[in-house]
Amino acid sequence: MEKKTCLSLLVENNFGVLSRISGLFARRGYNIDSLTVGTTENAELSRITITVTGDDQILTQIKKQLNKLIDVITVIELKTDESIIRELVFIKVKADDTTRSQIVEIANMFRANIVDVSRESLVIEITGTRYKIEGFFEMVEPYGILEFVRSGDTGLQRGGKILSV
Amino acid sequence: MIPLLASKLILKCLERENVEFVFGYPGGALLPLYEAFRTSPIKHILVRNEQTAPHYASGYARESGRVGVCLATSGPGATNLVTGIATAYLDSIPIVAITGQVDRALIGTDAFQEADITGATAPFTKHSYLVQNAADIPRIIREAFHIASTGRPGPVLVDIPRDVQLENVKTGLTYDKVDIMGYKPNLNGHSGQIKRAIKKIKEAEKPIIYAGGGIVLGNAQKELLTFAEKNNIPVITSLMGIGAFPEDHPLYCGIVGSHGYKYSNVVMNGADLIINIGARMSNRATSHLTKFEKDTDFVHIDIDPAEIGKNMETSIPIVGDAKTVLAELIPKDTITDHATWLAEIETIRLDNPLVYDADPPCSDLINPKVLFRDMSEMTADNTTVVGDVGLNQIWSALYYRIIKNRRYFTSGGLGTMGYSIPAACGASFATLDKPKEIFIVCGDGSFQMSMGELGVIAEHQLNVNIILITNTKLGMVRQLQFDTYGKGHYSGTDINFDIDFMKLAEAYGIKSYKVDKNADFNKVLPEAIKHQGPTLIQCQVHPDFIRI
Ligand SMILES: Cc1ncc(C[n+]2csc(CCOP(=O)(O)OP(=O)(O)O)c2C)c(N)n1
Ligand SMILES: [Mg+2]
Repeated sequence: MEKKTCLSLLVENNFGVLSRISGLFARRGYNIDSLTVGTTENAELSRITITVTGDDQILTQIKKQLNKLIDVITVIELKTDESIIRELVFIKVKADDTTRSQIVEIANMFRANIVDVSRESLVIEITGTRYKIEGFFEMVEPYGILEFVRSGDTGLQRGGKILSV
Repeated sequence: MIPLLASKLILKCLERENVEFVFGYPGGALLPLYEAFRTSPIKHILVRNEQTAPHYASGYARESGRVGVCLATSGPGATNLVTGIATAYLDSIPIVAITGQVDRALIGTDAFQEADITGATAPFTKHSYLVQNAADIPRIIREAFHIASTGRPGPVLVDIPRDVQLENVKTGLTYDKVDIMGYKPNLNGHSGQIKRAIKKIKEAEKPIIYAGGGIVLGNAQKELLTFAEKNNIPVITSLMGIGAFPEDHPLYCGIVGSHGYKYSNVVMNGADLIINIGARMSNRATSHLTKFEKDTDFVHIDIDPAEIGKNMETSIPIVGDAKTVLAELIPKDTITDHATWLAEIETIRLDNPLVYDADPPCSDLINPKVLFRDMSEMTADNTTVVGDVGLNQIWSALYYRIIKNRRYFTSGGLGTMGYSIPAACGASFATLDKPKEIFIVCGDGSFQMSMGELGVIAEHQLNVNIILITNTKLGMVRQLQFDTYGKGHYSGTDINFDIDFMKLAEAYGIKSYKVDKNADFNKVLPEAIKHQGPTLIQCQVHPDFIRI
């Protein structure tokens, strides 16, 4: 059965590391839903969050194949109940004098921020889980979504556990 | 510390890795390194096409158990290495490929002879480096050899820009302790899984050991023999596992796979427990194994965790080195009596005998199966045979018997035509100080892919004997065309020009013979073996001899 899984990786900041990781997904035919990269508290290391879809066998293979890459130090699965996983989205919605306040109200209910206003549009910044974001999209859809951009999931384990070398 | 030119530093680092030979081909981006070769004790062997260089390194590695090294210039030199690197990757052969690169400032500008070789080879290198600072050279070379030769072996590429080779470095040569955060191969089997495996082995009524290339690469033949004998468990090998178990042993059960023995496949299908040690279970090995009983159990021992469960569901995974895990299993109390099973296997063997005879017109010329069977009787116990790809490969793999210290190398995973000549040369360089019989088995198609290397054979008077199977066809593809589309549906598989291979050999000063009868082959073979230096025996096989 196919499911979405969120993986958190600690990698060495070596030449070509990102292309090695993305190349692995491409050539083995695994589907990447999203991938985010960023620096860490250690300048030599980066942290990557990858969301993938696949059945159990494929997910196990993905983890093993990632672990085989020399630059990859650790791979863990961020389980939803033991982790915080969020995504940042900017949505540009059609808004005129008659709809603007309604949209702002919806945004407030979702604790989203209005980050840009023009005469015919609003840009809303929302952070949250996939479900929250889907819910928000549903609510603003009728007003007309002009464009949006998603950062992809990023996440951390809850509690004292840390991902270390 | 006196500054050292980086090009010299590179060779010093190779010396520290005990590199004797580098198989390479020069070019502009390697001028500094080649200048350094003049005064280095490392011998540079000039191959005749970079495409063969990784195969030399591979043959050298397989024969010597050490890392093989190949070298090519930037751009076309580097891209010529690609097939050979992929060949080594699929067969897990430890090689280090060094490539020249354009100057750092030119990278990314489509400069003359620039190619992104680390990118091009990423799918089939175990790891690769682009050297950006000469000071990193000692670390990178040490790591490259370490990564290539430990865990599951494989090719590592080191790409070195020309201007890096020209830097003066004030760095020590020594970089001894390798510490790569993300690379700690696991050798010992998990004790809990080993316990579970022992229980299964004890319970099994029809166990079989399926031995792969991991036994050969991991030098675990002795341990496998002890374990199999102690527990009376029969052993089947994969193509890459040839040489894992002596073929004259009563527990030996042949080679499995689409190109294996029929009886071996029947035996494997009948097993209730398969103990897979170092085999990948690739589609070529298992595609015909459709009849597995629902309750067949798999114990899979492999150094690469990603192989376990990749192609076959595994009941008990044991991640570890073949030699280490077998050594852990041997003292355990597993002894069981498999007399009934062994008797059943004997019946299967008798019901599915190896077929040697052929009908006219095939029988009018050389019978290749008989040829390799006979050759088994006439060659030394430490012979190395390097098979190419095609029917010639399958005949030599199935009918030349690997016993005692004999070895059989071939390109199993990628099936790269043209492998045999350079790989055998590499093996020959590995044994210069203790010469032995090394045979090349190739077809008329595969021979022509690496024919230029006769120049190296002649130049160095390598003690290799070429068994050239000529059927004027790309035999194996023609066989596939016959099986798939029927008689007469041949397309692009004729090698129509009747080449005078003896004249070709003569041009290189290589002693040659041409035979079209098995009896004649048996006459000339001892002569060829006795002859000091290289020989070629052209063996004429009928184009329609397509049975394996
Ligand atoms: C580089 C490469 N190209 C193509 C193939 C496909 N192929 C497999 S066997 C074969 C024919 C080999 O012919 P030959 O060397 O004469 O051997 P034979 O089968 O006749 O013994 C070919 C073309 C291959 N394995 N490798
Ligand atoms: Mg042929």
